Amino acid sequence: MKITQISVFLENKKGRLYEVSELLGVNKINIMALTIAEERNFGVLRVIVDKPGKALEVLKQGGFIATLTDIVAVEVGDYPGGLATILKVFSEHDINVEYMYGFVEKFSEKALLVFRFDDTDKALDFLKNNSIKVVGTQDLENL
Amino acid sequence: MIWNEKFECMDREDLKNIQAERLQEIVAYMEKNSSFYRKKFSQAGITSKDIKSIEDISKLPLTVKEDLRDNYPFGLFCLPLKDVAEIHVSSGTTGNPTVVGYAKEDIELWSEVMARTLCCAGAMPGDMLQNAYGYGLFTGGLGLHYGALKMGMTILPCSSGQTKRQLKLMQDFKPRVLSCTPSYSLYMVDEAREMGIDPRQSSWQIGVFGAEPWSDSMRSEIEGIWNMLATDIYGLSEIIGPGVAQECQYKCGLHIYSDVFYPEVLDRQTGEPVVDGQEGELVFTTLTKKAIPLLRYKTRDIVSIDHSPCKCGRTSPRISKVRGRTDDMIIIRGINVFPSQIEHILLKIEETEPHYQLVVDRKSGKLDDLEIRVEVAEKFFSDEIKKLRYIEEKIKKEIESILGVFVKVTLVEPRSIARSEGKAKRVIDKRQV
Repeated sequence: MKITQISVFLENKKGRLYEVSELLGVNKINIMALTIAEERNFGVLRVIVDKPGKALEVLKQGGFIATLTDIVAVEVGDYPGGLATILKVFSEHDINVEYMYGFVEKFSEKALLVFRFDDTDKALDFLKNNSIKVVGTQDLENL
Repeated sequence: MIWNEKFECMDREDLKNIQAERLQEIVAYMEKNSSFYRKKFSQAGITSKDIKSIEDISKLPLTVKEDLRDNYPFGLFCLPLKDVAEIHVSSGTTGNPTVVGYAKEDIELWSEVMARTLCCAGAMPGDMLQNAYGYGLFTGGLGLHYGALKMGMTILPCSSGQTKRQLKLMQDFKPRVLSCTPSYSLYMVDEAREMGIDPRQSSWQIGVFGAEPWSDSMRSEIEGIWNMLATDIYGLSEIIGPGVAQECQYKCGLHIYSDVFYPEVLDRQTGEPVVDGQEGELVFTTLTKKAIPLLRYKTRDIVSIDHSPCKCGRTSPRISKVRGRTDDMIIIRGINVFPSQIEHILLKIEETEPHYQLVVDRKSGKLDDLEIRVEVAEKFFSDEIKKLRYIEEKIKKEIESILGVFVKVTLVEPRSIARSEGKAKRVIDKRQV
């Protein structure tokens, strides 16, 4: 089960991040997880929201350049070494992580992490075969 | 010292007679040897017999840079290639570069005007010249070289770059004269201090600085830091390269060697000559060149002219520092860059939109910076930084390989570069020149 992430190109200028959050806010779109990757002159904001389709539409109308990306949300044991355990398994099976970040909220006693794999389908198959819990869009909506 | 007193200090009337005589000769020479000018003369209904005084120059057709490019590579040469001794090339805008050729006599002329130039700056035979202009297809390095050779200087042909070595040789050999771009002289300051050299104790007493625009405030900075006289040199490869005009120690304009390069300053709207002190486009006629003589060549540089004699004794007219351009060309570290060149490159890169802006800056003690701000194409936007970085690198490499100048590429949001109704504001020049 993939979930949809929205990536937004941000020029390195004052107030640009504020404008994105403001735009999502007035359109009643809730941010559930986010991270910013920064380069010398620009950044890429990656967000998981409750209404990705609508978010993409309002961002584009607002003059932003944005794109949708499939990512995978995985529950990971919330204790020291929890992340290492799962990353070790990925590494051993040649599942490559491009980047990852954490959700603000929790669904259970476990932590919820977002992974961007270089090959999403391969990663999903692997997760499924190894009975690792993947959180889907439906789960997010029920949150 | 004045290298050629006969011509540099010649009585105005005598000079006019010589200019008229030479103009007549060169037009006759072109009628004979240039199919390009033959055509132009017949279109204008003029022959060499119509040239009786130097004022008759206004009857002659103008020449523009496109003429050189359209006739690439050798169409404007008046000599067969076997009689051409040397060829220089400058980068082109969208296709063909500008090619200029020198007959042996032209190299002799170049040596002569460069000897005048170095003397005009205050150099003396026997002085050592550290020549830090680039040697190669660019005219800077060899032009200075030929003049110094003719004049009897000791030449240190350093070419550009390798700053630490330049500074070591300066310390060990004690050259009195330095030639390079003005920004390079400031760039060397930090390196010198790092090496424990006090710039004020340098051996350089005279600098011959050019190939890029610079201001009087930059001159004060250079003179203060290096404790030297900083003079301005002007030239362009189409006319000869460096050695078209040079400041003397009084720094009140650049003396033009008008017995060989006849200057006109024309009003940008009417094309009529402007009076002394008023700005216009600088136009040159090469009165004695053999391989590629040019008539009324439009330099696109905006200057004013002053015909009054100078305190130094030279009677040759003086031009002001270049105050602007009639086109959008910018000069970065001695290299001419046209926005259209960048546009041409961007159009071939599918990941970007051809919406761009060039930002030129010169921070104190640093070389000129050229930043290219370009809009990323929506369909190539990616959540992965490495893909965006790849686009930046691709643009940077393409531009650097074609222009031969280091650039900084910055991706910006779509539609963030202002679209204007008429001519887009492509260049933001923040340099204080």
